[in-house]
Amino acid sequence: MPVEIVKERYSSKVGTITLGATKEQGGTRTHTVTVGGDSTLPFLHFEGEVPNPPVVAIEICDRVPEWNPSLLEHYRDVVGDPAAWAQKAVEYGADLIFLRLSSADPELGDSSPEKCADTVKKVLGAVGVPLIVVGSGVDDKDNIVLPAVAEAAAGENLLMGIAEQDNYKTLTAACMVHKHNIIALSPIDINICKQLNILINEMNMPLDRIVIDPSVGALGYGIEYTYSIMERIRLGALQGDRMLAMPVICGIGYEAWRAKEANAPVSDFPGWGDQKDRSILWEAVTASGFIQAGGHIIIMRHPEAVKLVKNNIKQLMAK
Amino acid sequence: MIVVGERINGMFKDIRKAIQTLDKGPVHDWAIKQQEAGADYLDLNVGPATEDKVGAMIWLVETAQEVAKVPLCLDSASLDAIEAGLKLCKRPPLINSCPADQAKIDRIFPAAKEVGASIIGLCMSPAGIPKNAENRVALAMELVANADAYGIPMENLFIDPLVLPVNVAQEHAPEVLETVRQVKFLSDPAPKTIVGLSNGSQKALDRPLIDRTYLSMLMACGLDAAIANACDEDLMTTVATARIILNKDIYADSYVKVYLNRGRNK
Repeated sequence: MPVEIVKERYSSKVGTITLGATKEQGGTRTHTVTVGGDSTLPFLHFEGEVPNPPVVAIEICDRVPEWNPSLLEHYRDVVGDPAAWAQKAVEYGADLIFLRLSSADPELGDSSPEKCADTVKKVLGAVGVPLIVVGSGVDDKDNIVLPAVAEAAAGENLLMGIAEQDNYKTLTAACMVHKHNIIALSPIDINICKQLNILINEMNMPLDRIVIDPSVGALGYGIEYTYSIMERIRLGALQGDRMLAMPVICGIGYEAWRAKEANAPVSDFPGWGDQKDRSILWEAVTASGFIQAGGHIIIMRHPEAVKLVKNNIKQLMAK
Repeated sequence: MIVVGERINGMFKDIRKAIQTLDKGPVHDWAIKQQEAGADYLDLNVGPATEDKVGAMIWLVETAQEVAKVPLCLDSASLDAIEAGLKLCKRPPLINSCPADQAKIDRIFPAAKEVGASIIGLCMSPAGIPKNAENRVALAMELVANADAYGIPMENLFIDPLVLPVNVAQEHAPEVLETVRQVKFLSDPAPKTIVGLSNGSQKALDRPLIDRTYLSMLMACGLDAAIANACDEDLMTTVATARIILNKDIYADSYVKVYLNRGRNK
């Protein structure tokens, strides 16, 4: 008996966003990266279009981070030099560079806005891939650093973050003036996610320049909560909710490498196996889960995990 | 909720005068105002303005389309006027309306099919409007069967249970609600449902209150569309809130504002 495949028909789709700008477009990137445009749930190729594969951004830092030595050893020669680090990340297969300006944090170096802007320029000069730039996470400082970065990188069509419900105006204004895109972060909360997009849009920022960060939890640390939020975001987008129809970014590396399972030495938990392999798998499995939940931009750290995930993306995109 | 803006109707003095003097101004103004307020269709009704229903409908369609971004709803008891209007519509319109009367069905349904128009099917036969839901649903079934026979997709059929003024025909209101609920079980996919909302508050004291209460109750029964005053902001606010309570839209603190602005973002 022939089986009839049941197909859902949706009235709308996820918006697309293009990051970076080539010389012709007013920037200096060798190419741009486009994500989004899905007209169905993740990877249901038989039902709708999945025009752009998810992409991997490799995270780099403008100071030597307190990362696990098994992770840091892959960047041994380049930590401390963001430009060289970015090049290394591209060698490891990064589609995008995710630059965290941690050194702006008053407690971690208190780098000046000018210095941060200069770092961004150096990274732009070192690689051809588009850039994602976020601040240190200290709102007051980021509100002077990020406008300086936005101005210095005008024309490069960066993705910049982080905007939150209680601190979005300064960054939105900077991104509008200098024509960058913005990350809107909500705390695993669909209502705040939508509200923040509305607030940013009310400042006249076009909806197709916003990327949703739903807040992710690592495998074993609340991955399922974000999974269901992302499912609702996607269904909302497909059913025509313009305020939820944005591509989604997931900060996997940071969360996966916070997990005990990624860091605990084998001597503490003999049954868990080698820490090096375990940490790579923890990051890769967390990332794969979020790719299947509808993540468009996946931020990662470990080159081996990146390799696994890029291979997984290739398999998921095969029709 | 599909909102059909009701304001371009010869029953209103400004539109009547506009039709009589061929003054495009009021028609343009109301077309723009209603679509900015979120109307998904613009109802066009010549009303008692003139005896020349066909000529006036042609003028209304052409005039409205000079500014309209949304499709039209051709509202006339004259089949000639509807047929004349159908030929001119740039987007597939909604035909308002066709009763469960085989002679009229046989004329309107094929004409609608030809241009992909949708049809409002009235739960009314030559014998009149049934008193109860059961008989209304039976008439709806006749319309559904005809749509199927004429090859009209169910999503293009809007069943109208006929809202009557609550001040003179109060006993009909619960029957209307029940009809809206039951129509959804007639076929799969089911036809849509629509009401002429303002009819419920005819000659009553606080019309907007009755309109918005009736509409939210109808929405709870599954109503898809209403011919209504799109410029009544309280009514649209009620629709926005009912959509939240029905879990059709995801809540955000600014949900009302987003809903009220939806026409401008089209």
